[in-house]
Order: sequence, then C-alpha cells, then structure tokens
Amino acid sequence: MSQLQNFTKGFIKENPILVLVLGTCPTLATTSSSMNGLGMGIATTFVLIGSNVVISMLSGVIPDKVRIPAFVVIIASFVTIVDLLMQAYVPSLYEKLGIFIPLIVVNCIVLGRAEAYACKNSVLSSLVDGAGMGLGFTMALGILGAFREIVGSGAIFGYKFIKGDGILVFILAPGAFIALGYLIALVNRIKRN
Amino acid sequence: MAKTESTFKNMVLSLTLISMGASACLGFVYQMTKAPIELSILTKKLEAIKQVVPAFDNNPNDEMFRLPSADGDSLDVFPAKMGSDTVGYAVLTYTKKGFSGNINMMAGFKTDGTIVNITVLDHKETPGLGTKMTEPGFKDQFKDKNPGEFKLKVKKDGGPVDAITAATISSRAFCDAVDRAYNTLQKGGVK
Repeated sequence: MSQLQNFTKGFIKENPILVLVLGTCPTLATTSSSMNGLGMGIATTFVLIGSNVVISMLSGVIPDKVRIPAFVVIIASFVTIVDLLMQAYVPSLYEKLGIFIPLIVVNCIVLGRAEAYACKNSVLSSLVDGAGMGLGFTMALGILGAFREIVGSGAIFGYKFIKGDGILVFILAPGAFIALGYLIALVNRIKRN
Repeated sequence: MAKTESTFKNMVLSLTLISMGASACLGFVYQMTKAPIELSILTKKLEAIKQVVPAFDNNPNDEMFRLPSADGDSLDVFPAKMGSDTVGYAVLTYTKKGFSGNINMMAGFKTDGTIVNITVLDHKETPGLGTKMTEPGFKDQFKDKNPGEFKLKVKKDGGPVDAITAATISSRAFCDAVDRAYNTLQKGGVK
C-alpha cells in the first residue's frame, strides 16, 4: 500500500467513526456544535499522531507481555499534554469540551491504532496512519457537528442564520444518534457504489 | 531489531523507563503551561467581576474576603472600590439545583443590594434550552432589581421572574444562586 492510500484510508474506506464505528462516546457527546466537534477531532488527531509515532519507535523495545500498559502510559502522557496546552492557550474551547479531553485516553481509536498498526509498522507509516485516521475522525466529527448545529440551532460556527431555535432535539443526545445513524447509512451507500 | 523478550527483568526495565520518560515530558509541559493557565483563570475572574459591578479602580481579587452562607458553606466576595469608596460587590456564587450539575455564577450588587449584573461562569445545562440563561434575554430582567422587593422566584413559584421556556429548572437554579449571593451579602452586614 502506498503512503497516499495509507493516508486516505482514514477518510472513507476505514473511517474510524463511520465505518469502524469506534470511539462513538466522544463523537456523540462533543458534536453539539461544529466548533466543538472540530476541536475534539484536532485534539484526538494530535494524540493519535504522537502516540503512533512513539509506539512504533519503541515497539522493538517493549516486551510483548507488557505492551498494553506501556501503550496506555504513552497515550495518557500525550492526552495530558493536550489537556494542559488547551487549558493554557484555548481556555474557551477547553471549557466546552471539559471532561472529554482527559477521556481521549480511553478512546478505542487511539489504542486500536497503536495495537493494530503502529506496533507492527515503520515510524513513517505510523505517522501517516495516525494523521489519516485523526483527520478522518475530525472530518466525521466536523460534519456531524455542523449538521447538528445547522439543524438544531440554525447556526454554523456560532454564526446564526435563522432567527429563533432550530429543531432542538438535534442538539440533545437523541439527535446525535439520529444524525450519526444517517451519516453511517450515507457512507455505506457511497461505499457500495 | 530483535524483539525484546518478555523476561521479568525486561518487563520491569522497559515499563520503568517509559514511565520515567513520560513523567519527564509531563513535568516539562506542566512547567511551561503553569503561568498561562493561572493567568487565563485570573483574567476570566477579573473579566467576570468587571461585567457585574460598577466601574472600579482597585484590584478586587487582592481584597477578596469570604462570607458564610446560610447552608454552612462560604462564598467569595470581591469588593469593587472607586478611590476609597466601595461601589459594589461581586459575589462568586453557585447553585446545586441545576438541571445537570452545579452552576457557578458571578453576581454583582450595588452597596444597597440592587443587582447590577450577573454572569454565568460555568454550567452543564442543556444546549439550546438551559444555556439560554447566559443570554441577555433572560438575565437582563434581573438588572437594577433589588431582591429585597423583587422576589427571586419564577412565575410558576409565585415570583416575578420570567422562566426560560422548557428550562424552568435552569431558571430556578439561576434564581437560587442569585438569592444565595444576596442573602449572604445581607447577612454578612456588608455595607
């Protein structure tokens, strides 16, 4: 597989949300607006790239039996770094995402890529894989967030284009499930053709 | 590179080294972000105080004092002074009656107890419903009212406050927090 294919597989073919359906908890919870969705996606992308690179570098040194704890320590460190950086430099976004930033640690996408890809492939491939998967995740969250914000509150990136409220259910939890369901259906349709 | 074997020594050694490396990185990032984080928290607090009290020229954060509230807790009070005269108080108040979790607010009063303005610092209310309490449409009805005669209760409970449609619980919680701030200030006998 070429590096380009490796990069683009995260967008449609193996999109972590829309095809693998991993990490749906933060997906459903943080996509109440497009900005939140993108912010969460970018934070996760950073963690994915960082952990993929470090894990593929260390994969030869880490004994098999303790690989999971080792991966978790590495992932948790990157998450804490993102947490501190966001708190310091983008406090308003940090407040909105709240608990979901520390929870990137338990996002199955991150550990999933470490276990399934990074520990068996070269540093460069792992970097590309992390970036592709992360951006695919960001894309899915961005689309979902934008859709829910447009339908739910008649706004995009906080800019309101209709007066009054939208269909409020799309801002709430049930709307997240409905929107994600239709998005997955759409992607399945595209993939079949 | 040959795979390291899973002997006890290798496992202990590799985990120890990884943890040490991780701690070193975290320590570094923590040192780097400590000052900006403190600064952003302080700026946010001062910004909130500025919004809720009349113009002042002191540093309310340095003159902060605590007053006991009715339920055995205590609230932070930030006096705003112009020259040597106190022009108002910003009270960092809270309520446990939110729809989901606590709500923290900064409520500003003139010295006679009249509400100047209120700002919500953090909350976990429902987006699109309870979050409307942070918007002027709801909270401006408290402006220039004195809770002495303006009962802090929503219309459903027999008070004068217009609750947010479909967010009566959040509206009640808002009133509860302002009420707590007002009562604490009055009971503290601050003039």
